Amino acid sequence: MSKPHNNEQTPQKPGKEMSRRQFLTYTLGGASAFMFVGPAIPMVRFAVDPLLQKKTEGKYIKVVEANKVTNEPQEFSFEITQIDGWYESKPTLVAWVSKDQQGNIFALSPICKHLGCTVDWNNNAKFKDQYFCPCHGAHYTREGKQLAVARAPLDEYKVKVENGFVYLGDIIPNQHVQ
Amino acid sequence: MFKGVYSWIDERLDITPMWRDVADHEVPEHVNPAHHFSAFVYCFGGLTFFITVIQILSGMFLTMYYVPDIVNAYYSVEYLQTKVAFGQIVRGMHHWGASLVIVMMLLHTLRVFFTGSYKAPREMNWVVGMLIFFVMLGLGFTGYLLPWDNKGYFATKVSMEIADTVPYIGPYLKELLQGGTVVGAQTLTRFFAIHVFFLPGALLALLGAHFFMIRRQGISGPL
Repeated sequence: MSKPHNNEQTPQKPGKEMSRRQFLTYTLGGASAFMFVGPAIPMVRFAVDPLLQKKTEGKYIKVVEANKVTNEPQEFSFEITQIDGWYESKPTLVAWVSKDQQGNIFALSPICKHLGCTVDWNNNAKFKDQYFCPCHGAHYTREGKQLAVARAPLDEYKVKVENGFVYLGDIIPNQHVQ
Repeated sequence: MFKGVYSWIDERLDITPMWRDVADHEVPEHVNPAHHFSAFVYCFGGLTFFITVIQILSGMFLTMYYVPDIVNAYYSVEYLQTKVAFGQIVRGMHHWGASLVIVMMLLHTLRVFFTGSYKAPREMNWVVGMLIFFVMLGLGFTGYLLPWDNKGYFATKVSMEIADTVPYIGPYLKELLQGGTVVGAQTLTRFFAIHVFFLPGALLALLGAHFFMIRRQGISGPL
């Protein structure tokens, strides 16, 4: 290949030159690909847009007076503002708020980590002082540690205590149990 | 890799004769712009089809965001147009393509008319072409209302008054098209259904017949 005088003897190697058929195939294929990809790119980007849109960080919402929170989990509901495309609404979220052993306030999300049903506190006689999910029997400790069925502890809300009020923010993975 | 996949399928299903039958046909000299440049007029039918394909694709993507509901329709269109990436482009394709498809179809019809291609034995294909023309007009008519803006709303009001003037059946026709006594919620859902299901279905069937006939009968001879 690197012999410079070699191709003087054999001016044209068969197969090196493009055949008419191949040229037409490439030309037609390239033109068709261009015609297809041109319109397709905007449409595909349009369709995947929800994946690429910036996620907004939630605000902290005032939920309850701090001195009302006990060691026993209590259920509190609060409204958030949710913008879903062209639809703005105020769905109600629920948090189970209590104090841990150090006296810090924490708030668990009642969404079961198995398949997303809603758990309740102390709602099953067999599982005293536990969160229990009626769908498939997952249950959790007071700190949200999973005991059966579910494979992760209950999520918790970001908590902020200010001027004697508990404020709840985004839902994050449980920080109290591993 | 593509060749390998192709031959694997071809070995089993023998698909080569099928697409060869579709793709391998001679283009007569008088319709080949390489021989006579004026033969570009024979491209209008293909261009109409190309734009139709773009209309179908962009329409499919638009329905990912659009809702046919009088409260939300306008806001969903506003959202997809202003907040979604390339929304302006995709909606623009559908918006301008709708006009362009009518223009191309008209040019195609003029070519068929002035080359006398509608004459025997191709009368049936002319009739099917006319049906396609009316289906396209129907698509334009129903699609115009969907953004639920003032323009679409009052254009539809006017159309309903026109339908009302049809002798004897006018008032019934109007109420059937409206889906009630006013241009409102039921008109919008009705037009949406007609625009995305009924007419495209009819259009695809008619296009199939159109293309089948042109392959059977071949392109009409030179002038």
